[in-house]
Amino acid sequence: MEFLLQPLTLLTFLPLLGVLVILFMNSEAKNAIRWVATATSLLTFAVSLWVLGQFDASDPNLQLEAKYPWIQVAGWNIYYYLAVDGLSILLVLLTAFLTPISILSTWKAVEDRVKDFMVFFLMLEVGMMGVFLAQDLFMFYIFWEFTLVPMYFLIGLWGGPRRVYAAVKFFLYTMAGSILMLIAILFLGIKTDTFNVPTMLARLPDLYASGTIDPKMQMLLFIAFAAAFAIKVPMWPLHSWLPDAHVEAPTAGSVILAGVLLKMGTYGFLRFNIQLFPNATVEAAPWIALLATIGIIYGAAVSYAQADVKKLVAYSSVSHLGFVMLGMFALNAQGVSGAILQMINHGLSTGALFLLIGMVYEQTHTREIKVYGGLWKIMPVYGTVMLISALSSMGLPGLNGFVGEFTILLGAFGSKAIGSPWYAGVSAAGVIMAAVYILYMFQKMFLGPAGEVTHHHELKDLNWREILTVAPLLIFMFWIGLYPAPFFNLMAPAVNQLLEPIAKIIAALP
Amino acid sequence: MTQTDFYTILPLTFLTVWSCLLLLADLFIPKNSKGLTAFLSALGLAVTLGLTVTQSGSENVGFNNMVVVDGFSVFVNIILLASGLLGIALAYGYLKRMGLERGEYYTLMLFSVSGMMLMAQAADLIIIFLALEWLSIPLYVLAAFARPNLQSEEAGVKYFLLGAFSTGFVVYGTALIYGATATTSLGGIFYAAANGAPSLLLTIGAALLLVGFGFKVAAVPFHMWTPDVYQGSPTAVTAFMSSGAKITGFAALLRVFATAFPSLSVDITDVIWVLAALTMIVGNLTAISQTNIKRMLAYSSIAHAGYILMAFVPYGNKEVMPVSVAAALFYLVSYAVTNFGAWAVVISLEKAEGKGLEIGDFAGLAKKYPALAVGMTVFMLSFIGFPPTLGLVGKFYLFRAVVAGGFTGLAIIGVVTSLVSAYYYLRVVVNMYMREGDPVVDRDPWLVFTVSVTAVAAVVLSFIPQWLFVMAGAAVLRLF
Repeated sequence: MEFLLQPLTLLTFLPLLGVLVILFMNSEAKNAIRWVATATSLLTFAVSLWVLGQFDASDPNLQLEAKYPWIQVAGWNIYYYLAVDGLSILLVLLTAFLTPISILSTWKAVEDRVKDFMVFFLMLEVGMMGVFLAQDLFMFYIFWEFTLVPMYFLIGLWGGPRRVYAAVKFFLYTMAGSILMLIAILFLGIKTDTFNVPTMLARLPDLYASGTIDPKMQMLLFIAFAAAFAIKVPMWPLHSWLPDAHVEAPTAGSVILAGVLLKMGTYGFLRFNIQLFPNATVEAAPWIALLATIGIIYGAAVSYAQADVKKLVAYSSVSHLGFVMLGMFALNAQGVSGAILQMINHGLSTGALFLLIGMVYEQTHTREIKVYGGLWKIMPVYGTVMLISALSSMGLPGLNGFVGEFTILLGAFGSKAIGSPWYAGVSAAGVIMAAVYILYMFQKMFLGPAGEVTHHHELKDLNWREILTVAPLLIFMFWIGLYPAPFFNLMAPAVNQLLEPIAKIIAALP
Repeated sequence: MTQTDFYTILPLTFLTVWSCLLLLADLFIPKNSKGLTAFLSALGLAVTLGLTVTQSGSENVGFNNMVVVDGFSVFVNIILLASGLLGIALAYGYLKRMGLERGEYYTLMLFSVSGMMLMAQAADLIIIFLALEWLSIPLYVLAAFARPNLQSEEAGVKYFLLGAFSTGFVVYGTALIYGATATTSLGGIFYAAANGAPSLLLTIGAALLLVGFGFKVAAVPFHMWTPDVYQGSPTAVTAFMSSGAKITGFAALLRVFATAFPSLSVDITDVIWVLAALTMIVGNLTAISQTNIKRMLAYSSIAHAGYILMAFVPYGNKEVMPVSVAAALFYLVSYAVTNFGAWAVVISLEKAEGKGLEIGDFAGLAKKYPALAVGMTVFMLSFIGFPPTLGLVGKFYLFRAVVAGGFTGLAIIGVVTSLVSAYYYLRVVVNMYMREGDPVVDRDPWLVFTVSVTAVAAVVLSFIPQWLFVMAGAAVLRLF
């Protein structure tokens, strides 16, 4: 009983309870199933707030640990080990926050196999929570891989016309990254005699110092982990699965994919790459910064060229996550905190954009930008909400995106690890390009004369359920944009502790 | 024959006697109640299972070191007997439906299982040869059991000819080893090799044995028979064969090489490395292009032989050897569970005259029979090595042994081919969930039972694998 009542255990596995209930329900009772799923996810959100209440922001260490021996055989030492710290608390909250919103958005959009949909969705939440909370590499790997399964079905069963292709591509592409990580995990596990991350962190410095793991090996391990995470982020040039998955996924799937699943990649870099392989991290920083910068510019440029609005937002993710990576590998407090905040920001703004696109798609069944036009006149509430989300996504001061991007650029500009202010300089152009493609999209769809679709359809403005779905996102966009201090305070001690060993290595750089 | 001698082969003797009696008793069981034969066979296996369990923890040799009881043999025998029980569960309804219901099916299976058990306990090359024949001959007959179906007959003949050929390799290898060491006992060979027996002769002998066992486990390049035999044999036989014969082949391989030939590991390790890599690559790549589910699973079983073989590569390293044996055993359990489940699903879809066996025939299964589709999804994920299934834990264990042995390159080949395998396993899932179709399924209670038990086991054991780890770890080989 004590095991089950741990706050983090509860937070991770509560959705399973909903799954169990839904499994025993009649698949024709669609509304009842929707209520159960919504209630479960809201309850999970409540638990996450409870966790936040118990979270001590001034403590940089792992907290609220739930740690039990799991597989204790010679040389294995695997623990059931969940814990949260300043690096992950915001992502955990984001996950718990976006899931009910996504589920709410499916009330009308998903009519087919509602039961299966909700089961997969709640299972996905379990996987995502586990990824952010697991502190044992074996457990982390299980959750990491497990998220693929429900997402694969969400895309493959409720997606667009090319859903099967997109689902398989998503699955194989992501798996391709994680298999190398598996080898690296095993190697680390054997060398350190544990899979438990804090213990591993305590033992690794000696192994590095004694040369048991030489710098070249450390770099290889870094690359093996980075392969898994870079595909998930996705970093240029490993992004090609993303547009397919996003375009074909159902709205709720896109929201979670952009909002949370991509963050698993950036979080992986933060939690594992930087902590486990500090020397390799510093060495690789300029290269990652280079890739991130290319991603920022490339993503923005390709976004502009898209005819499909969902694809446009998908490519904009490549650009935005480039910022996250740039900030993170600036390896200073500003850069890393900016990166963490930007992860949240991207979840909020891109999540909102996908939700909104989904809402109009339900009515028109097309996402071609050119067939819209003059939407604002017909759907004033929708237009306003869209404008706010779009501005948040492009980083207008006063909204959340600005805070994140500004902090990141500030960090990257002065970063000794990256070594040159040029990356930040070029990336700043990405902010301007974001304005170009976002405003282009907004202008074509919402302003001007009515397009053919807008003309022919009796378009209804947002109803109360839809407003309720996006309103929380808007609140946070303003909150973070106007007063980000509480969010930075949550992560600051953990970020500082994370960077301590890194700072020493950077200080020794010529 | 002393009491210890008898004790070492007690379960085996019981099963053999039981099978002989059953062969006679079956004559008096009327044609329309062959279920009784099935029941009696299952009873025999269950009692043998009980007797085997009583042997656990003991370590004994009998008949002048020809037969051995150790943790390893007990563990392997338990999996074999469980496979036998599942084999009967699969066969009962299937034989009836396909009009193949003849009592000797079950007796032949019991004979084969007895041979397999002897193999797990054999500590002498002569006994190994005896066991090999004993387990194989009933399998040849079973492969052709659907006579006068041409495919089945072809499978039987093919299996028989190639099987006989490979047995020839084992015998020839045994002769050369005897020539080098003047003994056929594994312990004797070990000491002779350590004391400078002519190594060329010994190495060639060992290589020939490897060929023979490689044939049984279907390792590339000795795998040619597998797809044809798996496809042609009655599916229930295939299910039993692909688990039982593989487990036995590996049991023999592990015991002979780990106990008698550790000194040859310098030469043999490279050979096994290449065999494992080839098996994983060829098995997985060829499986991609299969459209028949039986052939696909045949290639998948070849690929899995490669994974297990991979764990065995570092066998020469004294510290890693116990781990690699335990990892191989663990994976065999996970493979057997998954394999029986997958074949059970195949059987429930199969129609007379080999219809219903294309992967396309799975289309629409999820809508009509959601539980069955969930089961099959679990098995496919387990084959890929994906959570939340036993396959993941098994692969984790295997790869860990390989990396610990210092063969990271091979482990990378292993994971990359796993990725390839995801493609064709997912195709089954795609068909079940994402394509429209109207499959008709046979809802034989024993099939439902097998699918549920194996699917639940595959998932639940992945969350509580500790005891299986402990058991596999305790299944040590008796060394000399």
